[in-house]
Amino acid sequence: MQIDIQTTPEDHRIARLAAFAIGLSVMEAVIPSPLPGIKPGLANIVTLLVLERFGLRAAIWVSVLRVVAGSLLLGTFLSPSFVLSLSGAAASLLTLALARYLPKIWFGAVSLSIFAAFAHIAGQMAVVYLWLIPHAGILYLAPVFAAAALLFGSVNGLITARLLTEGEGVLPAQTALPQP
Amino acid sequence: MILRLIKPGDWLVLLGGMLATGALFANLWQGNAADKAVVRSGGKVVAELSLAENRIYIAHGPLGASRIEIRNRRARVAADPSPRQYCVKQGWLAHAGDAALCLPNQVSLELTGAKKLYDSLNY
Repeated sequence: MQIDIQTTPEDHRIARLAAFAIGLSVMEAVIPSPLPGIKPGLANIVTLLVLERFGLRAAIWVSVLRVVAGSLLLGTFLSPSFVLSLSGAAASLLTLALARYLPKIWFGAVSLSIFAAFAHIAGQMAVVYLWLIPHAGILYLAPVFAAAALLFGSVNGLITARLLTEGEGVLPAQTALPQP
Repeated sequence: MILRLIKPGDWLVLLGGMLATGALFANLWQGNAADKAVVRSGGKVVAELSLAENRIYIAHGPLGASRIEIRNRRARVAADPSPRQYCVKQGWLAHAGDAALCLPNQVSLELTGAKKLYDSLNY
């Protein structure tokens, strides 16, 4: 018996972009970090590009697929670190959903990236405080996290802006999609 | 080249992020955040408790035992035999320099931080 799953070209595009993002998260999981929670967040570049090119719905799909599939690959599925990734992704998507209405002439990818980075760490810290470590002591790490969010948010934003101006070749936007 | 990628509003967001980060550092790292509770009985220091660890400390005065509680980086006098209960009603102390005095049981609780605060200056 053969099971046929109907897929649309959009499904394929989302799967391909999610695979990009998953690759980046797995890659940066190898980089040692001075504090759990501080990492470049390169996969956010993909989220930002997708948001810019294909809209919010696609960005949500890519983000959620990246968190779920990435955690399956890293073996953290349903562990606290998975919940933290998910809450960070949810907070930054929520912020991006609002921030993308900022006038495009004035605010570019760098703004969106910084907003997303701050929202990401704020969402994670909220979950850590409410669920894992209900102690005001974790507030002492907030400045370090904020500084990291600012740095990596800016860098990722610049990379995103660069990729967006570099042209259409970077993302398979107009390329012919393989038919299922 | 790289400057072309940054739009005017981006600078604003960047500046806002720097200010927010700076404010966090200023408030949480070197402001008047307290890190120790000093307990005195009859004027003598009987305990210096770190605020990082939740615990209950019993200090003894002439009237009886005062219960000092440390939780979540704050400290309070949870119970005291003094009649008017001023120090108990003061509730949680969180900043360096905050103090609760239990009279006439002669027990006091004071928070100290990294920075020494003066309560009087002389020339």
